[in-house]
Amino acid sequence: MAKPTIIVIGAGVAGLTCALELAERGLSVEVVERARTLGEGSCSWMAGGMLAPWCERATTEPEVAEWGAPSIDWWAERFPGTARQGSLVVAQPRDLPDLTRFAQRTEHFDWLDADGIAKFEPDLAGRFRRALFFRDEAHLDPRRALAALAERLQDRGVVIRFGVELAPQDARADVVVDCRGLAARDALPDLRGVRGEMVMVRSPDVSLQRPVRMLHPRLPLYIVPRGNGLFMIGATMIESERRGPVSVRSAVELLNAAYALHPGFGEAEIVELGADLRPAFPDNLPDIRRSGHVLHANGLFRHGFLLAPTLARRTADAVLSMLQPETNHADLPQRRRA
Amino acid sequence: MFYGVDLSSRLLLGTARYPSPAVLERAIKASRAEVVTVSLRREGGTGRAGQSFWQFIQSLGLRVLPNTAGCHSVKEAVTTAHMARELFDTPWIKLEVIGDADTLQPDVFGLVEAARILARDGFEVFPYTTEDLVVADRLVEAGCRVLMPWGAPIGSARGLNNVYGLKSLRAHFPDIPLVVDAGLGVPSHAAAAMELGYDAVLLNTAVAEAGDPVEMARAFALAVEAGRAAYLAQPLEPRDMAQPSTPVIGKAVLGGV
Repeated sequence: MAKPTIIVIGAGVAGLTCALELAERGLSVEVVERARTLGEGSCSWMAGGMLAPWCERATTEPEVAEWGAPSIDWWAERFPGTARQGSLVVAQPRDLPDLTRFAQRTEHFDWLDADGIAKFEPDLAGRFRRALFFRDEAHLDPRRALAALAERLQDRGVVIRFGVELAPQDARADVVVDCRGLAARDALPDLRGVRGEMVMVRSPDVSLQRPVRMLHPRLPLYIVPRGNGLFMIGATMIESERRGPVSVRSAVELLNAAYALHPGFGEAEIVELGADLRPAFPDNLPDIRRSGHVLHANGLFRHGFLLAPTLARRTADAVLSMLQPETNHADLPQRRRA
Repeated sequence: MFYGVDLSSRLLLGTARYPSPAVLERAIKASRAEVVTVSLRREGGTGRAGQSFWQFIQSLGLRVLPNTAGCHSVKEAVTTAHMARELFDTPWIKLEVIGDADTLQPDVFGLVEAARILARDGFEVFPYTTEDLVVADRLVEAGCRVLMPWGAPIGSARGLNNVYGLKSLRAHFPDIPLVVDAGLGVPSHAAAAMELGYDAVLLNTAVAEAGDPVEMARAFALAVEAGRAAYLAQPLEPRDMAQPSTPVIGKAVLGGV
């Protein structure tokens, strides 16, 4: 019997992690992507790249932390650029009660005083009196991480065919893994887009080792160092499916946050303004759904890099159980229903 | 109750900032709210981009009260109201004209002007205002048949900042439905508003950002019901002296130095 073949549609973080997970389990995989180059038109390109399950725990369902925690090792084993420096959460004096509340709603952190903050991030010395330090968290540069996954796939002989638009039902393979993100709405009617906007700046004056979140009454604001003086500032979360450029209001809020974190950002250059739509199911948690020989893996919402490894692992489990129906594999992973 | 529409629930719920639409749906059920507010500007951007989320809200089968949150001028608010009427096919509009970016305090001058324009255009306006009597008078004069004074600044969770002001507003407008909108943090705040004789309360953040929004929605529903029942049961007025609940006449007086 010929070796079963699997086609993964979509080369964003969901598609590439699924493909790699399948290839690592010895399966024959091919990836097709409608864009001509890696990252083009994929919302993974705009991601923050924080692997911060316990920060997320403060504002999301427990599943996000539970599924997200193992992803730090997953990335560290496959992408050497994964920085395990922890992450920092600060608040402006007027929002300090929110910091206490944030702390109450999560775990795996230490309180830092002004000296502690100065020790970890010297540039923030004297700027904040208290902070939360999440020692075990990590971050990565999503664009470099996607490129590293593509390279690993290539090393394993997996071909990524760019510029190919393929509908899952037309793909000729034993199993089709549909990782098209928002483009999969034709098959997943309850999928919606949630707009996110980000800014990239280059600042020679400010240096940070780890992502810093600043509590804000309206946005989950964060600044992620990307090396070489580059910083990504994200991200808005708007229940809108408008594509198109960043609004002035959003840009002001994001840039203001950077400036409030460190006035040195006032001199930074704006390198990029980006906006895209995150694919989300109604409970904002990822899901794997089967229809015939197609598995739809989708709904990573704003947790693409954090949750993709677990989504990939579970997708690979599901693929294996479809290929070997005689062995008693588990059904699709159970997911709490809203 | 509101512009000829009778409702059995006295809790109106905002739909922003929940962990997910699924949690929002469960919170609405637990709150037993029949009216939900939806922000057009924040969620919409321009045009019909927020359609997925709006369709989801409409699919819940509730009465939608679109709002003009985020509008800082009369013109913006009026334009947003027209867009809302077209999208949600309702004459109802929760009118917000923000005057101060930090406290989100209403610009009452712009509010009265926008209310007049919208009422003339056939809208049924729910103005988000302060507890100022004179402003309230002008809003009624402009055509508003509901008034929504704040309890405290939006999202501040401070409760009723000016109980005296809210009370005199109630006394001044016995026949206009009054809703405390904004600033509530815990169910006792909602109960207190209802005990003052307010017709309803409107809240969002207190439920949406609670650790367990669904349970908090249920708690608010109970508080609103309790406060309303207490109001109808004619509560006592506070007094300065103790008034024993058991008779003292005929009892031996013990102690006393």
